[in-house]
Amino acid sequence: MPSVMLKKNPEGKLVFYVPKKDLEEVAESVEFDTAELWGGEVVLADGSKYYFEPITPPDFPITLRAKRVDSGED
Amino acid sequence: MAALTREETEALIQEVLEIYPEQAKKDRAKHLAINDQSLEKSNKCITSNRKSLPGVMTIRGCAYAGSKGVVWGPIKDMIHISHGPVGCGQYSRAGRRNYYVGTTGVNTFGTMNFTSDFTEKDIVFGGDKKLAKIITEIEALFPLHKGISIQSECPIGLIGDDIEAVAKKGNKEIGKPVVPVRCEGFRGVSQSLGHHIANDAIRDWVLENRDGDDSFPTTPYDVAVIGDYNIGGDAWASRTLLEEMGLRVVAQWSGDGTIAEIEKTPKVKLNLIHCYRSMNYIARHMEEKYKIPWIEYNFFGPTKIAESLRRIASHFDETIQAGAERVIARYESEYQAVIDKYKPRLEGKRVMLYIGGLRPRHVIGAYEDLGMEVVGTGYEFGHNDDYDRTIKEMGNATLLYDDVTGYEFEEFVKKVQPDLVGSGVKEKYIFQKMGVPFRQMHSWDYSGPYHGYDGFAIFARDMDMTINNPCWKQVKAPWKTDANSEAVKVAA
Ligand code: SF4
Repeated sequence: MPSVMLKKNPEGKLVFYVPKKDLEEVAESVEFDTAELWGGEVVLADGSKYYFEPITPPDFPITLRAKRVDSGED
Repeated sequence: MAALTREETEALIQEVLEIYPEQAKKDRAKHLAINDQSLEKSNKCITSNRKSLPGVMTIRGCAYAGSKGVVWGPIKDMIHISHGPVGCGQYSRAGRRNYYVGTTGVNTFGTMNFTSDFTEKDIVFGGDKKLAKIITEIEALFPLHKGISIQSECPIGLIGDDIEAVAKKGNKEIGKPVVPVRCEGFRGVSQSLGHHIANDAIRDWVLENRDGDDSFPTTPYDVAVIGDYNIGGDAWASRTLLEEMGLRVVAQWSGDGTIAEIEKTPKVKLNLIHCYRSMNYIARHMEEKYKIPWIEYNFFGPTKIAESLRRIASHFDETIQAGAERVIARYESEYQAVIDKYKPRLEGKRVMLYIGGLRPRHVIGAYEDLGMEVVGTGYEFGHNDDYDRTIKEMGNATLLYDDVTGYEFEEFVKKVQPDLVGSGVKEKYIFQKMGVPFRQMHSWDYSGPYHGYDGFAIFARDMDMTINNPCWKQVKAPWKTDANSEAVKVAA
Protein backbone atom coordinates (compact mmCIF):
# COMPACT_ATOMS: atom_id res chain seq x y z
CA MET A 1 0.00 0.00 0.00
CA PRO A 2 2.29 2.81 -1.12
CA SER A 3 1.44 6.41 -0.40
CA VAL A 4 1.07 8.17 -3.70
CA MET A 5 1.21 11.87 -4.29
CA LEU A 6 -1.11 12.90 -7.08
CA LYS A 7 -1.16 16.16 -8.97
CA LYS A 8 -2.30 17.53 -12.29
CA ASN A 9 0.39 18.60 -14.74
CA PRO A 10 -0.03 21.68 -16.94
CA GLU A 11 -1.59 19.48 -19.64
CA GLY A 12 -4.24 18.45 -17.12
CA LYS A 13 -2.98 14.89 -16.86
CA LEU A 14 -2.64 13.14 -13.55
CA VAL A 15 0.97 12.82 -12.32
CA PHE A 16 1.74 9.99 -10.00
CA TYR A 17 4.62 10.21 -7.56
CA VAL A 18 5.70 7.51 -5.14
CA PRO A 19 8.29 9.10 -2.85
CA LYS A 20 9.78 5.85 -1.56
CA LYS A 21 10.52 4.64 -5.08
CA ASP A 22 11.28 7.93 -6.83
CA LEU A 23 8.64 6.88 -9.28
CA GLU A 24 7.29 9.81 -11.24
CA GLU A 25 4.87 8.82 -13.96
CA VAL A 26 1.91 10.18 -15.88
CA ALA A 27 -1.34 8.28 -15.51
CA GLU A 28 -2.69 7.06 -18.83
CA SER A 29 -6.16 6.25 -17.60
CA VAL A 30 -8.27 6.53 -14.46
CA GLU A 31 -11.24 4.19 -14.09
CA PHE A 32 -13.60 6.70 -12.49
CA ASP A 33 -12.98 10.36 -13.20
CA THR A 34 -16.29 12.15 -13.11
CA ALA A 35 -17.75 14.99 -11.07
CA GLU A 36 -19.13 12.53 -8.52
CA LEU A 37 -16.59 9.79 -8.31
CA TRP A 38 -12.83 9.48 -8.58
CA GLY A 39 -10.62 6.41 -8.23
CA GLY A 40 -10.57 2.79 -9.22
CA GLU A 41 -7.87 1.36 -11.38
CA VAL A 42 -5.18 3.76 -12.58
CA VAL A 43 -2.86 2.71 -15.39
CA LEU A 44 0.49 4.48 -15.63
CA ALA A 45 2.50 5.27 -18.73
CA ASP A 46 4.96 2.51 -17.88
CA GLY A 47 2.14 -0.06 -17.82
CA SER A 48 1.89 -0.58 -14.08
CA LYS A 49 -1.54 -0.53 -12.45
CA TYR A 50 -2.68 0.81 -9.10
CA TYR A 51 -6.03 0.75 -7.38
CA PHE A 52 -7.58 3.59 -5.37
CA GLU A 53 -10.75 3.24 -3.31
CA PRO A 54 -13.26 5.32 -5.28
CA ILE A 55 -14.01 8.58 -3.46
CA THR A 56 -15.63 11.92 -4.20
CA PRO A 57 -13.19 13.82 -6.44
CA PRO A 58 -10.40 15.19 -4.24
CA ASP A 59 -8.66 18.50 -4.48
CA PHE A 60 -5.32 17.85 -6.19
CA PRO A 61 -2.47 17.75 -5.25
CA ILE A 62 -3.11 15.19 -2.58
CA THR A 63 -1.50 12.12 -1.07
CA LEU A 64 -3.56 8.95 -1.15
CA ARG A 65 -2.90 5.32 -0.46
CA ALA A 66 -3.04 2.96 -3.38
CA LYS A 67 -2.90 -0.78 -3.90
CA ARG A 68 -0.56 -2.11 -6.50
CA VAL A 69 -2.49 -4.23 -8.97
CA ASP A 70 0.33 -5.46 -11.19
CA SER A 71 3.81 -4.27 -11.83
CA GLY A 72 3.75 -3.77 -15.59
CA GLU A 73 6.71 -5.27 -17.40
CA ASP A 74 8.87 -6.42 -14.56
CA MET B 1 40.09 11.52 -29.76
CA ALA B 2 36.81 10.98 -31.57
CA ALA B 3 33.59 10.21 -29.72
CA LEU B 4 33.15 6.60 -28.72
CA THR B 5 30.57 4.47 -30.43
CA ARG B 6 28.04 2.45 -28.50
CA GLU B 7 30.06 -0.71 -28.92
CA GLU B 8 33.28 0.94 -27.81
CA THR B 9 31.61 2.34 -24.72
CA GLU B 10 30.14 -1.04 -23.91
CA ALA B 11 33.56 -2.65 -24.31
CA LEU B 12 35.06 0.01 -22.08
CA ILE B 13 32.57 -0.71 -19.30
CA GLN B 14 33.25 -4.44 -19.58
CA GLU B 15 36.97 -3.88 -19.47
CA VAL B 16 36.73 -1.76 -16.35
CA LEU B 17 34.44 -4.26 -14.63
CA GLU B 18 36.85 -7.10 -15.38
CA ILE B 19 38.93 -6.53 -12.26
CA TYR B 20 36.07 -7.06 -9.78
CA PRO B 21 35.15 -10.38 -8.17
CA GLU B 22 32.00 -12.02 -9.58
CA GLN B 23 29.48 -10.57 -7.10
CA ALA B 24 30.89 -7.06 -7.18
CA LYS B 25 31.02 -7.14 -10.95
CA LYS B 26 27.35 -8.02 -11.13
CA ASP B 27 26.47 -5.27 -8.71
CA ARG B 28 28.58 -2.54 -10.27
CA ALA B 29 27.45 -3.41 -13.80
CA LYS B 30 23.98 -2.16 -12.90
CA HIS B 31 25.35 1.28 -12.06
CA LEU B 32 27.23 1.85 -15.31
CA ALA B 33 25.33 2.59 -18.46
CA ILE B 34 25.50 3.94 -21.96
CA ASN B 35 23.14 6.80 -22.54
CA ASP B 36 20.30 6.14 -24.92
CA GLN B 37 18.17 9.19 -25.65
CA SER B 38 15.31 7.06 -26.90
CA LEU B 39 14.63 5.84 -23.37
CA GLU B 40 11.95 7.62 -21.37
CA LYS B 41 12.84 6.09 -18.04
CA SER B 42 16.28 5.64 -16.56
CA ASN B 43 15.43 2.47 -14.64
CA LYS B 44 15.70 0.65 -17.97
CA CYS B 45 19.41 1.31 -18.06
CA ILE B 46 20.81 2.33 -14.69
CA THR B 47 20.36 1.52 -11.01
CA SER B 48 20.88 4.25 -8.44
CA ASN B 49 20.48 5.14 -4.77
CA ARG B 50 21.78 1.78 -3.57
CA LYS B 51 24.23 0.94 -0.83
CA SER B 52 27.85 1.31 -1.93
CA LEU B 53 29.88 -1.88 -2.06
CA PRO B 54 32.13 -2.48 0.93
CA GLY B 55 35.74 -2.24 -0.12
CA VAL B 56 35.41 0.16 -3.05
CA MET B 57 36.33 3.83 -2.83
CA THR B 58 33.00 5.61 -2.91
CA ILE B 59 32.92 9.38 -3.11
CA ARG B 60 29.67 9.78 -1.15
CA GLY B 61 28.97 11.59 2.10
CA CYS B 62 26.75 10.78 5.07
CA ALA B 63 23.25 11.83 6.13
CA TYR B 64 24.69 14.34 8.59
CA ALA B 65 26.57 15.96 5.70
CA GLY B 66 23.32 16.16 3.75
CA SER B 67 21.45 17.84 6.58
CA LYS B 68 24.00 20.00 8.36
CA GLY B 69 26.29 20.65 5.42
CA VAL B 70 23.72 21.15 2.70
CA VAL B 71 20.24 22.04 3.84
CA TRP B 72 20.49 23.54 7.33
CA GLY B 73 24.04 24.83 7.48
CA PRO B 74 23.56 27.83 5.16
CA ILE B 75 20.61 29.23 7.16
CA LYS B 76 22.73 32.02 8.47
CA ASP B 77 20.94 33.40 11.50
CA MET B 78 20.47 30.05 13.18
CA ILE B 79 23.05 28.20 15.18
CA HIS B 80 23.49 24.61 14.05
CA ILE B 81 24.87 22.39 16.76
CA SER B 82 26.86 19.45 15.44
CA HIS B 83 25.69 17.15 18.18
CA GLY B 84 28.23 14.44 18.86
CA PRO B 85 32.01 14.18 18.56
CA VAL B 86 33.94 17.20 17.38
CA GLY B 87 35.30 15.93 14.07
CA CYS B 88 32.19 15.77 11.89
CA GLY B 89 31.56 19.49 12.24
CA GLN B 90 35.11 20.71 12.42
CA TYR B 91 36.41 18.95 9.33
CA SER B 92 33.46 20.16 7.28
CA ARG B 93 33.43 23.67 8.69
CA ALA B 94 32.97 26.43 6.11
CA GLY B 95 34.12 24.11 3.34
CA ARG B 96 31.12 24.68 1.14
CA ARG B 97 31.57 28.41 0.70
CA ASN B 98 27.93 29.34 1.20
CA TYR B 99 28.35 33.09 1.09
CA TYR B 100 26.20 35.30 3.26
CA VAL B 101 25.99 38.87 4.50
CA GLY B 102 26.08 39.59 8.21
CA THR B 103 28.53 39.84 11.06
CA THR B 104 29.75 36.37 11.87
CA GLY B 105 29.49 35.59 15.55
CA VAL B 106 26.99 38.38 16.16
CA ASN B 107 23.93 37.96 13.99
CA THR B 108 25.10 35.30 11.53
CA PHE B 109 26.94 32.08 12.23
CA GLY B 110 27.54 30.38 8.90
CA THR B 111 31.27 29.73 9.08
CA MET B 112 31.40 28.89 12.78
CA ASN B 113 31.40 25.39 14.22
CA PHE B 114 29.20 24.68 17.22
CA THR B 115 29.56 21.20 18.66
CA SER B 116 28.66 19.35 21.81
CA ASP B 117 32.11 17.70 21.59
CA PHE B 118 31.14 14.25 22.83
CA THR B 119 33.65 12.25 24.77
CA GLU B 120 33.54 8.76 26.28
CA LYS B 121 31.64 10.03 29.27
CA ASP B 122 28.80 11.38 27.15
CA ILE B 123 28.49 8.15 25.23
CA VAL B 124 28.26 6.15 28.48
CA PHE B 125 25.95 8.45 30.43
CA GLY B 126 24.09 10.13 27.55
CA GLY B 127 24.43 13.68 26.26
CA ASP B 128 21.02 15.20 26.86
CA LYS B 129 22.10 17.24 29.88
CA LYS B 130 25.06 18.58 27.97
CA LEU B 131 22.81 19.55 25.08
CA ALA B 132 20.42 21.42 27.35
CA LYS B 133 23.37 23.29 28.83
CA ILE B 134 24.67 24.21 25.36
CA ILE B 135 21.30 25.68 24.44
CA THR B 136 21.36 27.86 27.55
CA GLU B 137 24.94 28.91 26.86
CA ILE B 138 24.23 29.77 23.24
CA GLU B 139 21.38 32.02 24.29
CA ALA B 140 23.66 33.85 26.72
CA LEU B 141 26.65 34.18 24.39
CA PHE B 142 24.87 34.82 21.09
CA PRO B 143 21.60 36.54 22.00
CA LEU B 144 20.98 37.67 18.41
CA HIS B 145 20.62 34.17 16.99
CA LYS B 146 17.16 33.36 15.66
CA GLY B 147 16.99 29.68 16.45
CA ILE B 148 18.95 26.50 16.99
CA SER B 149 19.06 23.26 15.07
CA ILE B 150 20.45 20.08 16.56
CA GLN B 151 22.25 18.08 13.91
CA SER B 152 22.73 14.54 15.16
CA GLU B 153 25.96 12.75 14.43
CA CYS B 154 26.26 8.97 14.45
CA PRO B 155 26.52 8.27 18.20
CA ILE B 156 23.29 10.08 19.08
CA GLY B 157 21.12 7.49 17.40
CA LEU B 158 23.21 4.65 18.77
CA ILE B 159 22.95 5.61 22.43
CA GLY B 160 19.28 6.57 22.17
CA ASP B 161 19.38 10.16 23.43
CA ASP B 162 16.04 11.96 23.44
CA ILE B 163 16.99 15.16 21.64
CA GLU B 164 13.37 15.92 20.83
CA ALA B 165 12.56 16.32 24.51
CA VAL B 166 15.59 18.55 25.03
CA ALA B 167 14.58 20.60 22.01
CA LYS B 168 11.06 21.15 23.30
CA LYS B 169 12.38 22.22 26.68
CA GLY B 170 14.96 24.46 25.06
CA ASN B 171 12.31 26.06 22.92
CA LYS B 172 10.29 26.98 26.02
CA GLU B 173 13.38 28.26 27.76
CA ILE B 174 14.72 30.59 25.06
CA GLY B 175 11.48 31.29 23.18
CA LYS B 176 13.05 30.62 19.77
CA PRO B 177 12.75 27.60 17.50
CA VAL B 178 14.91 24.66 18.55
CA VAL B 179 14.82 21.96 15.90
CA PRO B 180 16.04 18.42 16.50
CA VAL B 181 17.23 16.73 13.30
CA ARG B 182 17.69 12.97 13.28
CA CYS B 183 20.33 12.98 10.58
CA GLU B 184 22.79 10.50 12.09
CA GLY B 185 25.43 9.72 9.49
CA PHE B 186 24.63 6.04 9.25
CA ARG B 187 21.07 6.60 8.04
CA GLY B 188 20.43 5.74 4.41
CA VAL B 189 22.96 5.05 1.70
CA SER B 190 24.32 8.56 1.17
CA GLN B 191 23.84 12.21 1.99
CA SER B 192 20.61 12.04 0.02
CA LEU B 193 18.61 10.71 2.93
CA GLY B 194 20.06 13.52 5.03
CA HIS B 195 18.48 16.02 2.63
CA HIS B 196 15.16 14.27 3.02
CA ILE B 197 15.39 14.16 6.82
CA ALA B 198 16.35 17.84 6.87
CA ASN B 199 13.39 18.72 4.64
CA ASP B 200 11.09 16.78 6.93
CA ALA B 201 12.47 18.58 9.97
CA ILE B 202 11.79 21.95 8.33
CA ARG B 203 8.30 20.74 7.49
CA ASP B 204 7.58 19.57 11.03
CA TRP B 205 9.29 22.25 13.08
CA VAL B 206 9.48 25.48 11.08
CA LEU B 207 7.27 25.69 8.02
CA GLU B 208 3.92 26.07 9.73
CA ASN B 209 5.08 28.68 12.24
CA ARG B 210 3.17 31.44 10.45
CA ASP B 211 0.12 29.50 9.37
CA GLY B 212 -2.94 31.66 10.00
CA ASP B 213 -0.82 34.79 10.34
CA ASP B 214 -1.51 37.12 7.41
CA SER B 215 0.43 40.12 8.61
CA PHE B 216 3.06 39.62 5.90
CA PRO B 217 1.97 41.74 2.89
CA THR B 218 2.13 39.61 -0.23
CA THR B 219 2.22 40.52 -3.91
CA PRO B 220 1.13 38.48 -6.94
CA TYR B 221 4.79 38.17 -7.91
CA ASP B 222 6.18 36.46 -4.82
CA VAL B 223 8.50 33.54 -5.41
CA ALA B 224 10.95 31.51 -3.36
CA VAL B 225 14.30 30.27 -4.63
CA ILE B 226 14.61 26.70 -3.39
CA GLY B 227 17.77 24.63 -3.49
CA ASP B 228 20.31 27.35 -4.18
CA TYR B 229 23.03 27.32 -1.57
CA ASN B 230 24.75 30.50 -2.69
CA ILE B 231 28.03 28.79 -3.33
CA GLY B 232 30.47 31.50 -4.27
CA GLY B 233 27.46 33.84 -4.54
CA ASP B 234 25.32 31.72 -6.89
CA ALA B 235 22.00 32.67 -5.34
CA TRP B 236 22.80 36.36 -5.61
CA ALA B 237 23.60 36.04 -9.30
CA SER B 238 20.28 34.23 -9.77
CA ARG B 239 18.23 36.52 -7.62
CA THR B 240 19.17 39.66 -9.52
CA LEU B 241 17.79 38.16 -12.73
CA LEU B 242 14.50 37.22 -11.09
CA GLU B 243 14.13 40.63 -9.54
CA GLU B 244 15.01 42.35 -12.77
CA MET B 245 12.16 40.59 -14.54
CA GLY B 246 9.77 41.89 -11.89
CA LEU B 247 9.45 39.06 -9.41
CA ARG B 248 9.85 39.46 -5.69
CA VAL B 249 12.13 36.87 -4.11
CA VAL B 250 10.70 36.30 -0.65
CA ALA B 251 12.98 33.51 0.45
CA GLN B 252 16.29 31.92 -0.39
CA TRP B 253 16.54 28.26 0.57
CA SER B 254 18.98 28.15 2.04
CA GLY B 255 22.08 30.02 0.82
CA ASP B 256 22.23 33.41 2.54
CA GLY B 257 18.80 32.49 3.92
CA THR B 258 17.20 33.20 7.26
CA ILE B 259 14.65 31.32 9.30
CA ALA B 260 12.19 34.20 8.85
CA GLU B 261 12.37 33.71 5.08
CA ILE B 262 11.66 30.02 5.48
CA GLU B 263 8.65 30.73 7.65
CA LYS B 264 7.30 33.11 5.02
CA THR B 265 7.68 30.70 2.12
CA PRO B 266 4.16 29.23 2.43
CA LYS B 267 2.90 32.67 1.37
CA VAL B 268 4.59 32.71 -2.06
CA LYS B 269 2.92 32.09 -5.42
CA LEU B 270 5.50 29.86 -7.00
CA ASN B 271 8.44 27.82 -5.77
CA LEU B 272 11.49 27.79 -8.03
CA ILE B 273 13.63 24.71 -7.58
CA HIS B 274 17.26 24.72 -8.58
CA CYS B 275 18.59 21.68 -6.75
CA TYR B 276 15.80 19.21 -7.24
CA ARG B 277 17.53 16.39 -5.40
CA SER B 278 17.96 18.09 -2.06
CA MET B 279 14.72 20.05 -1.79
CA ASN B 280 12.03 18.51 -3.98
CA TYR B 281 10.52 16.98 -0.85
CA ILE B 282 9.61 20.28 0.74
CA ALA B 283 8.36 21.68 -2.58
CA ARG B 284 6.05 18.73 -3.00
CA HIS B 285 4.86 19.17 0.55
CA MET B 286 4.08 22.85 0.01
CA GLU B 287 2.32 21.98 -3.20
CA GLU B 288 0.01 19.66 -1.37
CA LYS B 289 -0.51 21.64 1.79
CA TYR B 290 -0.46 25.23 0.54
CA LYS B 291 -1.24 24.58 -3.14
CA ILE B 292 1.92 26.33 -4.23
CA PRO B 293 3.07 24.99 -7.60
CA TRP B 294 6.79 24.46 -8.18
CA ILE B 295 8.97 24.30 -11.25
CA GLU B 296 12.54 23.33 -11.87
CA TYR B 297 14.83 25.80 -13.53
CA ASN B 298 18.44 25.92 -14.62
CA PHE B 299 20.61 29.03 -14.49
CA PHE B 300 23.81 27.59 -15.99
CA GLY B 301 24.69 29.06 -19.36
CA PRO B 302 22.70 31.55 -21.50
CA THR B 303 20.68 28.93 -23.40
CA LYS B 304 19.30 27.35 -20.26
CA ILE B 305 18.90 30.68 -18.50
CA ALA B 306 16.74 32.06 -21.31
CA GLU B 307 14.71 28.85 -21.39
CA SER B 308 14.23 28.97 -17.62
CA LEU B 309 13.37 32.66 -17.45
CA ARG B 310 10.68 32.12 -20.07
CA ARG B 311 9.35 29.05 -18.32
CA ILE B 312 9.18 30.89 -15.00
CA ALA B 313 7.50 33.88 -16.66
CA SER B 314 4.87 31.65 -18.23
CA HIS B 315 3.45 31.18 -14.74
CA PHE B 316 2.80 34.91 -14.43
CA ASP B 317 1.13 37.69 -16.42
CA GLU B 318 2.42 39.74 -19.38
CA THR B 319 4.40 42.21 -17.26
CA ILE B 320 6.63 39.38 -16.07
CA GLN B 321 6.77 37.79 -19.49
CA ALA B 322 7.86 41.09 -20.97
CA GLY B 323 10.29 41.38 -18.06
CA ALA B 324 11.88 38.06 -18.93
CA GLU B 325 12.39 39.13 -22.54
CA ARG B 326 13.85 42.43 -21.37
CA VAL B 327 16.33 40.64 -19.14
CA ILE B 328 17.39 38.24 -21.86
CA ALA B 329 17.83 41.11 -24.32
CA ARG B 330 19.70 43.24 -21.84
CA TYR B 331 22.35 40.63 -21.18
CA GLU B 332 22.64 39.41 -24.72
CA SER B 333 25.61 41.52 -25.73
CA GLU B 334 27.33 40.59 -22.49
CA TYR B 335 27.06 36.83 -22.81
CA GLN B 336 27.64 36.95 -26.55
CA ALA B 337 30.94 38.65 -25.87
CA VAL B 338 31.85 35.86 -23.45
CA ILE B 339 31.01 33.22 -26.02
CA ASP B 340 32.90 35.05 -28.75
CA LYS B 341 35.95 35.28 -26.57
CA TYR B 342 36.07 31.76 -25.14
CA LYS B 343 34.35 29.55 -27.66
CA PRO B 344 37.28 29.57 -30.09
CA ARG B 345 39.56 28.48 -27.23
CA LEU B 346 37.26 25.77 -25.93
CA GLU B 347 35.41 24.50 -28.97
CA GLY B 348 35.35 20.73 -29.27
CA LYS B 349 36.85 20.07 -25.83
CA ARG B 350 35.42 17.05 -24.08
CA VAL B 351 34.38 16.98 -20.44
CA MET B 352 33.68 14.25 -17.92
CA LEU B 353 31.69 15.11 -14.82
CA TYR B 354 30.98 13.36 -11.58
CA ILE B 355 29.23 15.55 -9.07
CA GLY B 356 26.33 15.72 -6.63
CA GLY B 357 22.75 16.86 -6.71
CA LEU B 358 21.89 18.83 -9.82
CA ARG B 359 25.09 19.69 -11.61
CA PRO B 360 25.72 16.44 -13.47
CA ARG B 361 22.85 17.49 -15.74
CA HIS B 362 22.48 21.22 -15.12
CA VAL B 363 25.94 22.34 -16.23
CA ILE B 364 25.80 20.46 -19.53
CA GLY B 365 24.08 23.41 -21.21
CA ALA B 366 26.75 25.83 -20.07
CA TYR B 367 29.48 23.66 -21.56
CA GLU B 368 27.55 23.34 -24.78
CA ASP B 369 27.17 27.10 -25.01
CA LEU B 370 30.97 27.20 -25.11
CA GLY B 371 31.10 24.58 -27.82
CA MET B 372 32.24 21.85 -25.45
CA GLU B 373 30.82 18.38 -25.13
CA VAL B 374 30.05 16.39 -21.99
CA VAL B 375 30.98 12.79 -22.72
CA GLY B 376 30.39 11.24 -19.33
CA THR B 377 28.41 12.16 -16.27
CA GLY B 378 27.25 10.65 -13.03
CA TYR B 379 25.76 11.37 -9.63
CA GLU B 380 27.15 10.56 -6.24
CA PHE B 381 23.73 10.16 -4.73
CA GLY B 382 21.20 10.65 -7.51
CA HIS B 383 17.95 8.72 -7.67
CA ASN B 384 16.03 7.37 -10.62
CA ASP B 385 14.23 10.65 -11.14
CA ASP B 386 17.58 12.41 -11.52
CA TYR B 387 18.71 10.03 -14.24
CA ASP B 388 15.29 10.36 -15.91
CA ARG B 389 16.06 14.05 -16.25
CA THR B 390 19.61 13.41 -17.45
CA ILE B 391 19.02 11.07 -20.37
CA LYS B 392 17.73 13.80 -22.66
CA GLU B 393 20.50 16.22 -21.76
CA MET B 394 23.31 13.84 -22.63
CA GLY B 395 24.39 12.75 -26.09
CA ASN B 396 23.81 9.22 -27.30
CA ALA B 397 26.38 6.58 -26.39
CA THR B 398 27.92 8.76 -23.69
CA LEU B 399 28.84 7.23 -20.36
CA LEU B 400 26.62 7.33 -17.29
CA TYR B 401 28.09 6.16 -14.00
CA ASP B 402 26.27 6.07 -10.70
CA ASP B 403 28.15 6.18 -7.38
CA VAL B 404 31.32 5.62 -9.41
CA THR B 405 34.23 4.10 -7.53
CA GLY B 406 37.63 5.73 -7.45
CA TYR B 407 39.04 2.95 -9.58
CA GLU B 408 36.31 3.05 -12.25
CA PHE B 409 36.50 6.80 -12.58
CA GLU B 410 40.27 6.74 -13.10
CA GLU B 411 40.02 3.99 -15.69
CA PHE B 412 37.24 5.75 -17.56
CA VAL B 413 39.26 8.93 -17.70
CA LYS B 414 42.35 7.07 -18.90
CA LYS B 415 40.40 5.48 -21.73
CA VAL B 416 38.10 8.33 -22.73
CA GLN B 417 40.85 10.95 -22.38
CA PRO B 418 38.64 13.99 -21.79
CA ASP B 419 40.12 17.47 -21.95
CA LEU B 420 38.61 18.33 -18.58
CA VAL B 421 37.32 16.48 -15.56
CA GLY B 422 34.87 18.16 -13.19
CA SER B 423 34.40 16.51 -9.82
CA GLY B 424 35.14 16.90 -6.12
CA VAL B 425 38.20 17.69 -4.08
CA LYS B 426 38.96 14.03 -3.39
CA GLU B 427 39.34 13.42 -7.10
CA LYS B 428 41.11 16.65 -7.88
CA TYR B 429 44.70 15.76 -7.07
CA ILE B 430 44.50 12.27 -8.54
CA PHE B 431 43.57 13.65 -11.93
CA GLN B 432 45.87 16.61 -11.76
CA LYS B 433 48.76 14.26 -11.08
CA MET B 434 47.65 12.22 -14.08
CA GLY B 435 48.04 15.44 -16.06
CA VAL B 436 44.32 15.89 -16.72
CA PRO B 437 42.93 19.42 -16.37
CA PHE B 438 40.50 19.43 -13.48
CA ARG B 439 37.87 21.73 -11.97
CA GLN B 440 36.40 21.13 -8.56
CA MET B 441 32.70 21.46 -9.32
CA HIS B 442 31.23 21.31 -5.82
CA SER B 443 32.38 24.64 -4.48
CA TRP B 444 33.63 25.95 -7.85
CA ASP B 445 37.30 25.51 -6.96
CA TYR B 446 37.32 28.62 -4.78
CA SER B 447 35.74 30.63 -7.61
CA GLY B 448 32.17 31.39 -8.57
CA PRO B 449 29.41 32.32 -8.83
CA TYR B 450 28.56 30.18 -11.86
CA HIS B 451 24.81 30.81 -11.89
CA GLY B 452 23.18 33.49 -14.00
CA TYR B 453 24.72 35.63 -16.73
CA ASP B 454 27.34 37.04 -14.39
CA GLY B 455 28.26 33.55 -13.35
CA PHE B 456 28.55 32.35 -16.92
CA ALA B 457 31.35 34.80 -17.61
CA ILE B 458 33.27 33.46 -14.63
CA PHE B 459 32.51 29.88 -15.59
CA ALA B 460 33.87 30.41 -19.09
CA ARG B 461 37.01 32.11 -17.83
CA ASP B 462 37.66 29.34 -15.29
CA MET B 463 37.24 26.55 -17.83
CA ASP B 464 39.57 28.34 -20.23
CA MET B 465 42.24 29.02 -17.67
CA THR B 466 42.15 25.40 -16.54
CA ILE B 467 42.13 23.66 -19.90
CA ASN B 468 44.51 26.00 -21.68
CA ASN B 469 46.90 26.30 -18.80
CA PRO B 470 50.47 25.66 -19.98
CA CYS B 471 51.22 23.68 -16.81
CA TRP B 472 49.68 20.48 -18.19
CA LYS B 473 52.50 20.18 -20.69
CA GLN B 474 54.97 20.17 -17.82
CA VAL B 475 53.39 17.33 -15.90
CA LYS B 476 55.05 14.57 -17.87
CA ALA B 477 58.80 14.18 -17.46
CA PRO B 478 60.52 15.21 -20.71
CA TRP B 479 62.06 11.77 -21.24
CA LYS B 480 58.62 10.20 -20.91
CA THR B 481 56.88 12.13 -23.65
CA ASP B 482 55.90 9.89 -26.53
CA ALA B 483 58.28 11.31 -29.09
CA ASN B 484 61.24 10.92 -26.76
CA SER B 485 60.41 7.41 -25.69
CA GLU B 486 60.29 6.45 -29.34
CA ALA B 487 63.70 7.98 -29.76
CA VAL B 488 65.02 6.11 -26.74
CA LYS B 489 63.74 2.85 -28.12
CA VAL B 490 65.34 3.48 -31.45
CA ALA B 491 68.63 4.32 -29.82
CA ALA B 492 68.59 1.20 -27.67
S1 SF4 C 1 29.20 9.25 9.19
FE1 SF4 C 1 28.75 9.77 11.36
S2 SF4 C 1 30.78 10.08 12.28
FE2 SF4 C 1 31.05 10.22 10.06
S3 SF4 C 1 30.88 12.44 9.56
FE3 SF4 C 1 28.83 11.49 9.31
S4 SF4 C 1 27.84 11.82 11.30
FE4 SF4 C 1 30.04 12.10 11.64
